[in-house]
Amino acid sequence: MTTTPTETAPATASPLRRLLPGAPAGRDPRGSTLLRHLAVAVFAGTLVVLVTNQLAPYQNLQVARVCAFLCVTAGHTVLVGLNGQLSLGHGALMATGAYTVALTQQALDERAVRGWWTLPASLLAGVAVTALGGLVVGLAAARLRGPYLAGVTLAVATLVPAVTTIFTGVFNGEQGLSFPAQTPPAALGAYFQPERWLAWIALAAALLTMLLLANLVRSRFGRSLVVVRDDEVAARLAGIPVARTQVLAFVVSAACAGLGGGVYAMLTATVAPGKFPLDLSLFLLMAIVIGGLGSLAGAVWGAVLLVALQDLPGLLTEHLSLSAGLAQRLEGNLALAVFGLVLIVVMLAAPGGLQGGVRALTARLRGAVRRRPATRRSPDR
Amino acid sequence: MSPPATPVDDQGLALHHVGVRFGGLVALDDVSLRVPPGRVVGVIGPNGAGKTTLFNVVCGFVRPTEGSLTLDGRPFRPRPHDLTRLGIARTLQGVGLFAGLTVLENVVAGASHTARAGFAAALFGLPRSDRDESRLRARALNLLAELGIDKHADAAPGTLPYAVRKRVALARALIARPRLLLLDEPAGGLGADDVAELADLVRALPDRADGCAVLLVEHHMDLVMSVCHDLVVLDFGKVIAAGAPESIRDDPRVTEAYLGADVPVEGSTP
Repeated sequence: MTTTPTETAPATASPLRRLLPGAPAGRDPRGSTLLRHLAVAVFAGTLVVLVTNQLAPYQNLQVARVCAFLCVTAGHTVLVGLNGQLSLGHGALMATGAYTVALTQQALDERAVRGWWTLPASLLAGVAVTALGGLVVGLAAARLRGPYLAGVTLAVATLVPAVTTIFTGVFNGEQGLSFPAQTPPAALGAYFQPERWLAWIALAAALLTMLLLANLVRSRFGRSLVVVRDDEVAARLAGIPVARTQVLAFVVSAACAGLGGGVYAMLTATVAPGKFPLDLSLFLLMAIVIGGLGSLAGAVWGAVLLVALQDLPGLLTEHLSLSAGLAQRLEGNLALAVFGLVLIVVMLAAPGGLQGGVRALTARLRGAVRRRPATRRSPDR
Repeated sequence: MSPPATPVDDQGLALHHVGVRFGGLVALDDVSLRVPPGRVVGVIGPNGAGKTTLFNVVCGFVRPTEGSLTLDGRPFRPRPHDLTRLGIARTLQGVGLFAGLTVLENVVAGASHTARAGFAAALFGLPRSDRDESRLRARALNLLAELGIDKHADAAPGTLPYAVRKRVALARALIARPRLLLLDEPAGGLGADDVAELADLVRALPDRADGCAVLLVEHHMDLVMSVCHDLVVLDFGKVIAAGAPESIRDDPRVTEAYLGADVPVEGSTP
């Protein structure tokens, strides 16, 4: 039987495909997924590199932090949004990656092993170890649902920093570890801004994460994630193994968190348990919800927000010339308060998160341009 | 019970003296039936007669406490996520579509087991993974066209009328190219016109290019009578009658089970 697909690509693109910036809406996926996503990544990368050339050191460090967080939020939103597994433990997974990178870097440095490849190698080690941790948590998670799963991941979030203070011989307790900082290669010139170099490394990690996740989300594995989230019985009858898919989602998400944590540690060349408190895990979750659950573009919003809101209290206390006591109290709590407030406001204004709001807006604009009503979207996205 | 004999004509699915007990409750008792290739077999019975339990046994959601199953004469211990690989697909009571996917993606999801590209190919977006996708999408679109709902391919299932959603669920089962299709109350919630169309559709299933046998659980007597080659009537977990639809219609035991003085109590199976 021959089919006659309609000529115009309907505005209701696939929810999966709508996640991806630059992916065409329409039935027949044209061209190679890899090339399409690679083009988007190269474009975004070039843009950010051009921007970093104009920025001051501290701003470049902020860009670098956004990129580090993007690795984490992108993986987190795939797990929570697309696969429906709530994780409150991603801060701990970040810590796992960060400590692995620090330990690897220290070990290499002690043996006087140097070279450009040591950083990618330690980041890879961070990804591998965190993925392994994700496998363990994921195996438990696949048997748990809802609040019980949240409870286990919450335990992970509190456990990992505690481990670092128990095994002080390896992790050096509250002091944490430090390792040699990354310096720009000589080829870039003697006066190259080190923060810009850090931003570039973080950017490369973020782009790689986004590229691979975009590919994955677009493939049958991405579909399986949603299938398992939406209806477990129907998923099994469709031949999709529920538990295996859930574990896989956890491993992928953990690997991303490990990379993000490793990059995050690299930025300051130190790692300490105080950098990965329970708050961080909660912030990560709030960030992806505000950005738009399940959306990779929303993960970008979330990462920007994480950095912006973390820096806000400092900025505020600096400019308002408050008393030292008040300033200190604000520093500690303002971020959480502001984050909570933003979460409430965004959820009221755009239940689909910032990216959901952007989507609704563009759909409405497109509808107005084409003089046809904006298409209805499925309620949960 | 001795292992079932395997005569040459023992093709298709067979249940041999299957019993299911939930604690003290007997959901199925000594149920034997066969679904040979190319046949449409209907299972009817009042509410709580054990029809859904029967389906759950065939799908592996419920293990029989007695008896056995065979597929083409070989012992068969079903597991839900292996069914499509074995050529068995099932639609669910209600619709059971994936709300987060489009109609087309819902249908494609039914053929996940036929994908050839592995995880690495998907991660790196290799052409192998792309080829899988376009092949399955084309097949899904063909199927949607065959069922007359291809214009809804890119819609979210939640926005569609119930009858269309039921067809999407059917398409999702058919894309696996099953040799045995289990339909769980396909007419549930449908209007008269939709039931008539459904009847034509089900009747045609064994004669399609990738034709299949059908095991049908249904309340709707007109549909069952018009599409089934064989009928099995369940009541209180027991087979009270089996045979051609015409003979079943006139069977006094069946009339009694449905209409007689001894009206069965609802809800004796989950």
